[in-house]
Amino acid sequence: MNYEFLSYLVILLPLSAFIINGLFTRNLLGSASIYAGYITISSIFLSFMISLILLFQIMVKSEQFIFDPISWISISHLYISFGIILDNLTIVMMVVITSVSLLVQIYGLSYMHGDKSLTRYYTYMSLFTASMLGLVLSKNIVQLFVFWELVGVSSYMLIGFWMNRPSAADAAKKAFIMTRFGDFGFLFGILYLFSVNPAYLDINTLYSAVNNGEISSYSATIISAGFLVGAIGKSAQFPLHTWLPDAMEGPTSVSALIHSATMVTAGVFLIARFFPLFDISNIMIYVALIGAVTSVFAASMGLVVDDIKKVLAYSTVSQLGYMMFALGIGAYAPAIFHLFTHAFFKACLFLGAGSVHHASGTFNMKYMGGMRKIMPVTYIAMMVSSLSLAGLFPLSGFWSKDEILAHAAHQENLLGYFVLILGLIAAFMTAFYMFRAIFLVFHGEWKGGGESEQKELIKNSQSVHPTIVEPHLEESPKFMIYPMVILGALAIVIGFIVNPLIDLLFIEKHAFAHFITDNYEVFNGDKTKIYKAGGSPKFDLLIAIISSIIAISGILLAYALYVKEKNISIQKNLSKGVIYKVLSNKYYLDYLYEDIIIRKLFYKKLSGFLRWFDENTDNINVQISTIVTRFSRSILFLQNGQTQVYVYGMFIGILVLFLLFYLRGGLI
Amino acid sequence: MFDGILSVTIFIPVISALIILFFFKNNNSIRYFANFTTGIVFLLSLMMFLNYDTEISGFQMIDYFEAWIPFEYLRSSYIVGIDGLSAPLVLLTGILGFVSTLASLKVEKRVKEYHIWLLVLISSVFGVFVSLDLLLFFIFFEFELIPMYMLISIWGSGRPKYSAMKFVLFTLFGGALMLVGILSIYMSTDVGTLIMVSIPELSLVGIPELIQYSDLLLPASFIFILFFIAFAIKLPSWPVHSWLPDAHTDAPTAVSVMLAGVLLKMAGYGLIRINIGFFQNTKGFTIHDVSIFISILAAISVVYGGIITVRQTDMKRLIAFSSISHMGFVMLGVSAIGTSSSNTSVAGINGAALQMFTHGTITGLAFLMVGYTYERTHTRHIPHLGGLWHKIPIIATFFFISGFASLGLPMLSGFVSEIMIFLSTFTIWPIATIVSAFGVVLAAGYILWMIQRIFFGVKPPDEIFSDEIYDQIEDVKKINLLPILLLTIPVFLVGIWPSFLTEIINLGVEGVIR
Repeated sequence: MNYEFLSYLVILLPLSAFIINGLFTRNLLGSASIYAGYITISSIFLSFMISLILLFQIMVKSEQFIFDPISWISISHLYISFGIILDNLTIVMMVVITSVSLLVQIYGLSYMHGDKSLTRYYTYMSLFTASMLGLVLSKNIVQLFVFWELVGVSSYMLIGFWMNRPSAADAAKKAFIMTRFGDFGFLFGILYLFSVNPAYLDINTLYSAVNNGEISSYSATIISAGFLVGAIGKSAQFPLHTWLPDAMEGPTSVSALIHSATMVTAGVFLIARFFPLFDISNIMIYVALIGAVTSVFAASMGLVVDDIKKVLAYSTVSQLGYMMFALGIGAYAPAIFHLFTHAFFKACLFLGAGSVHHASGTFNMKYMGGMRKIMPVTYIAMMVSSLSLAGLFPLSGFWSKDEILAHAAHQENLLGYFVLILGLIAAFMTAFYMFRAIFLVFHGEWKGGGESEQKELIKNSQSVHPTIVEPHLEESPKFMIYPMVILGALAIVIGFIVNPLIDLLFIEKHAFAHFITDNYEVFNGDKTKIYKAGGSPKFDLLIAIISSIIAISGILLAYALYVKEKNISIQKNLSKGVIYKVLSNKYYLDYLYEDIIIRKLFYKKLSGFLRWFDENTDNINVQISTIVTRFSRSILFLQNGQTQVYVYGMFIGILVLFLLFYLRGGLI
Repeated sequence: MFDGILSVTIFIPVISALIILFFFKNNNSIRYFANFTTGIVFLLSLMMFLNYDTEISGFQMIDYFEAWIPFEYLRSSYIVGIDGLSAPLVLLTGILGFVSTLASLKVEKRVKEYHIWLLVLISSVFGVFVSLDLLLFFIFFEFELIPMYMLISIWGSGRPKYSAMKFVLFTLFGGALMLVGILSIYMSTDVGTLIMVSIPELSLVGIPELIQYSDLLLPASFIFILFFIAFAIKLPSWPVHSWLPDAHTDAPTAVSVMLAGVLLKMAGYGLIRINIGFFQNTKGFTIHDVSIFISILAAISVVYGGIITVRQTDMKRLIAFSSISHMGFVMLGVSAIGTSSSNTSVAGINGAALQMFTHGTITGLAFLMVGYTYERTHTRHIPHLGGLWHKIPIIATFFFISGFASLGLPMLSGFVSEIMIFLSTFTIWPIATIVSAFGVVLAAGYILWMIQRIFFGVKPPDEIFSDEIYDQIEDVKKINLLPILLLTIPVFLVGIWPSFLTEIINLGVEGVIR
């Protein structure tokens, strides 16, 4: 079998779905054609199948595929080529992307049913899937950047999918521009790398250069710093995280695929891809600190929001922080493992949120309640995923999170303990806010859903968001249920199955960790490096017990606060506190960025000043022309056509000439 | 290919203009004939581009008449030809010329004169890119002012007379300086020729070779500055850019397309062909000495233009200001000449040459779409617009494409030229490059904000753009897709497969750099 062709096909299939839907489906079948969905789904299904074949090939033969690049630009020393790098990291990402994408597209058939721009939805979704696959398969850094930007633009299109809503348009723009700031850093890293040696644009060349010690730690630090900024933007890490909660304006299925399971993990992927480079740089400590701070910071905001999607969004930011600090302390395998498990249970939670909205007509958890009786399947799927996210034994989240925490503990240095503590705090908050959400949505009394929220908003004369609609309380249709069931099942088992503690039938102990670190290009076959990267993790019972206790106490606290009726007064008191206010205002960062920095400092002051300056310097030109006009007017009397004046002129002229000659001494 | 194809292409539009002048009366037949002419010219330019032999490289399709002015009086000759640098620009002129007549179908005022001037304009722009004699170059460079003045001042909107006069005065000022430069090169005894390039096949030795180490009438640095100012005004670069927003805002759509699309490129072409081509090894001065200043000017233009663009509320003015920012990238690419010629310089100047082509198509498309939108809404004031996506999805889609291409989205052409410029210039002028690269972030800001305000949300209440107008808005007709696609296809083609252009451009750039 031709694996090169197959790996190109993985990208080309969704890409052709994009082209077919974009060019033909809309024109031939209309803008709300369900066939667009079928085309997208079948292409992604095929990509998924091919990914499985390739995964099998890589696992069994334990070989990697690196395909010779196609020249894209070639001018003197500027050589940029496109190629394929299909290693263990890539194939894991490919399986995640294609499987989650497939399930989300199926979900979309029901969830987006009746939307008058269904064709457009599937067109963008195909473009996104193709670009994301291209990103993880890229062999050249410029190529990676190309797809990096393309996923950004598909995200922009999908966040702003309901473009008639000003809030959606704002959110889309915000997401694109904030990630652009990150991309600016990424671009800087690329430029610096290129200036060190143009050949290093090729990732494999870069690997061998790092392994041969050709890149100095100084250069590596500058390049990694640039890449880190890119990763911060894309993976919504502090301080560039504020776009992700707003991105929830897009359809919920988009949030499930792009803003939790795949695209936002691109930043984590980027650091993993250039792990050897980061490893020799002095930047790793900052990766760890940013990740750890973000994990707590985002989780704290998740404690107070009432919008179920925003809870999940903050949770995503927090979990991405987990992956980030895992990479920062060198825990390569645990980070990717967490990325892998997180994709499934977080996608399931988002799909569940969509399903809840489908029935209740709102995303505001205050107006839900008691929905477990109405939608038992959604309830169970979300419950299981929440338990998994909270990290309860033996669900998948438990295994991946514990590996990270154990790795941090085994560092036995200050940084390790610091991130461990922050990680545990984040774990407590995670358990709390997830179960706060679960209890508010599924337990207690039904509070009227979208209908009563509408009434309340109209009473307070506030605008009613278009997502707030009449509830119709019933379990969601089957195309929405099946993907959730599958993802929920994966949320239970996938952690233990792919990376078990003991040898299972066919699966050896720590299969995932071995697999992901069995990458010669990255680790150069160095046993200590692989060990440091978590290639053969040790299970730490103490950490497992501590984190479980913390998670359970978080759940219990949520139970005490939100299920026991008598505690409503505590809830109210809490919501009056200063901390609550700071948290619900997102630490005033949106205010700082948008109102102060962008509107006041940039738009009003800087841009306003420059425009004023520009208009006034332009006035100088006008002034010059006025002066010339005035001057010409002032000597106009010399040419007024009256003979007397001309005679005067001649007379004076002759007089002046005589005077000159006389002064020179003599007439001739 | 036949002999004289280049001269034929240059003069077909002018001859058609004369034919229209003497033989046509009916407005519709004038339109058809003008479009037919520019269509033929487009095909000819495409043929020339495709027939440019990359194996031979150098100058091709040369037409040479030695004695168009008696030689004893002025050693000037009629010589035209294309190399890798000018071939893409000839193609660009062909495309945009055709687009500009296609975009003028709705012009109702003094149709005959309008088309005559438009055709004359196309001819003179062609002339600039293919002239290999400095005097000829100068004549075409200046001649273009006449049709532009007429087109802006008669068919323009807003303050057309003011803008047209401003445009003419700025360019004439630069042109006067350039003329001094030309004369002082020509009258230096060591040079004494006006041929801009050396052509071995015709055993012509051009200024670039003769000017090396020879005594000039004026100091070489001074001559360099004369040319540089002329082209900086035309590019336009900060601080001599202020004619551009006015000219653009008040010009009719087709003229804006031509102005942004090809007229600005005359400056970039001049910078590469003359400022770089002539002044690498002159006595006491080389361009390498001043390349740092070029990079600084470029960085200022990019960021200054970008920041002011954010505040614009007129669609056309916004894109005009963004042009200042984007033409700054051309200047940045030119500054890659660095302190000594190297591989990097070649790549950077390639980027600059490519940026001229990509900016021409992208901004041409943007102005075209602004024009179509304006035809429907009767206002260009962005705060008065909104919610147009569902009304005019085709216009919106192509507006989007031009916007994303202009903010440097990969797989569209703007990204390719920008990344080429950044990669090569960063090695030489890291700070200027980083500052300029920030222009890309600014571009994302102003483009997306403009698109959001025009197409997203809901229509705000407004007097000029009333609800009745809004209800009656219709999308473009099929015929309008022709100019749109003529511009969109190159945007995608260069974005996905840049080699077909860069290979040819590289031949030209390598000829210029020693």
